[in-house]
Amino acid sequence: MLRVFEARIGVTGGAMGAAATCPRAGPGEGREQKNCLSDSLWVHAREVSLYLRPMGLFFHIGRYTAFLRQVLRRPERGSVFRKLLLEEMNGIGLQSLGIVALLSVFMGAVICIQTAHQIGGWIPVYTIGFTVRQTMILEFSPTLIPVILAGKVGSNIASQLGTMRVTEQIDALEIMGINSANYLVLPKMIAALACIPFLVILSMGLGIGAGMWVGVSTGVSSVADFEYGMRIDFNAFDVTYALIKTCVFALIISSVSAYHGYHTSGGALEVGRSSTKAVVYAVVIVMIANLLLTQMLLG
Amino acid sequence: MIEVKDLSKSFGGQSVLRDVSARFLPGKMNFIIGRSGSGKSVLTKCIVGLHHPERGSVLYDGRDFTAMDHKGKKEIRKEIGMLFQGSALFDSMTVLENVMFPLRMFSDESLDQNRERAMFCLERVELPDAGDKFPSELSGGMQKRVGIARAIAMNPRYLFCDEPNSGLDPQTAIVIDNLIGDLTREFGMTTVVVSHDMNSVMEASDNVHFVHEGTIAWHGESETLLSGGHPALDEFIFASKLMRQLRQTLRP
Repeated sequence: MLRVFEARIGVTGGAMGAAATCPRAGPGEGREQKNCLSDSLWVHAREVSLYLRPMGLFFHIGRYTAFLRQVLRRPERGSVFRKLLLEEMNGIGLQSLGIVALLSVFMGAVICIQTAHQIGGWIPVYTIGFTVRQTMILEFSPTLIPVILAGKVGSNIASQLGTMRVTEQIDALEIMGINSANYLVLPKMIAALACIPFLVILSMGLGIGAGMWVGVSTGVSSVADFEYGMRIDFNAFDVTYALIKTCVFALIISSVSAYHGYHTSGGALEVGRSSTKAVVYAVVIVMIANLLLTQMLLG
Repeated sequence: MIEVKDLSKSFGGQSVLRDVSARFLPGKMNFIIGRSGSGKSVLTKCIVGLHHPERGSVLYDGRDFTAMDHKGKKEIRKEIGMLFQGSALFDSMTVLENVMFPLRMFSDESLDQNRERAMFCLERVELPDAGDKFPSELSGGMQKRVGIARAIAMNPRYLFCDEPNSGLDPQTAIVIDNLIGDLTREFGMTTVVVSHDMNSVMEASDNVHFVHEGTIAWHGESETLLSGGHPALDEFIFASKLMRQLRQTLRP
């Protein structure tokens, strides 16, 4: 499978980090090689292949584990840590309220209209309230909101740390004898762990509320039918499951983004690449974790 | 004194430093010079512990830094100040907060005392009114001076300066060089300056180590630099037209 993938993107060579060559480029066709794919796409393809190669994957797992060991230590100064934590909670939590509220309201409303469009005949109207509730609690709020936050918060974390790395600010921390990974990343991880579940609960409430408002105002459902649908067959564990997922995703988003930003090397271009990689890999890992957690908790 | 013994470092099989030995004296401006890519920055990073050498040792006043555990290295690092090429000031903090940062992290003094110390450092680099500004609001020379103020905030025994006057005009560069020299003598620090700027070397150096192809090809006092005699050193020093003309003038 890996070979097929590598053949498709034109990556050859045995060792990790081997140069990418275009399958259409013959000997001495260095210039034509650039025409096969754009430079940036070429680099991304090579990076993706490195992640998929067994050695590349092990390398990143090992480095990520070592990185987390550095991060998960006691902070140098409690007062400094608390100040940083509040700043991060403001950045990750408060400043994401708007986008989370907006998306949740519109998604709740759309789910209500789509469900109303699907039902008819023998399917009872209260199904609308039931579907909106289940969709918001089980999947939209705990999975899609973190995915959206991976884009907003993840890229922010990666670009911030990447810039600090290339401008030697992280080296300056190390020279001072400060554990830079702990100082910079631990407040972000704890802030994400504290704020993202709160945002998800808010999203659930807003989505269901918006669904109800749209359902009633467009006449597809009455308040009583919607409320009945919301209450029917309610299992409180669904909310627990959603919050467990959210906490895991919050840690993945913050740590994977920080990992990519922290290990940036080069200049402005690499900071941009790290930011993109942070979002892509955070989303991919969130999706894999979503599948595994759903099977473990509901399967 | 900082002593480097038989230091070797390679990256991906390519040897960058080979059995480098050097001594950097206290109260002196010890310059490491060399062409770009000669290994001088790697040597400095090995000395301060940002790179781990494969062989050799670094002794800070007899204390073997390379053999120390994390805790021991941390203690030594509290005695190190470093001025980075791009100043490396924290963007999100004001100038005063930047200078106070190491004090806040490690000093047990009160906030007022830390502020007083930071203000003293800013006054020492002639920036007493810049405390409330952000680094982005300062010129390159001012940023370097704030970097120096932050580096000396903890009263370090060892000061490292990586290309302290890169990107600065010749007059500002001389101001920065003289400031580092004054502070070195005033506080008796062991100062190591990495540079490839010959103006700076001639202006401020006491001792010079010339790095060439991963080894110390020449070292001596700055007065003997122009008559060093090493072909690579001569080539490096007299690379510019101005220096060649100077050589012609000095020749009997």
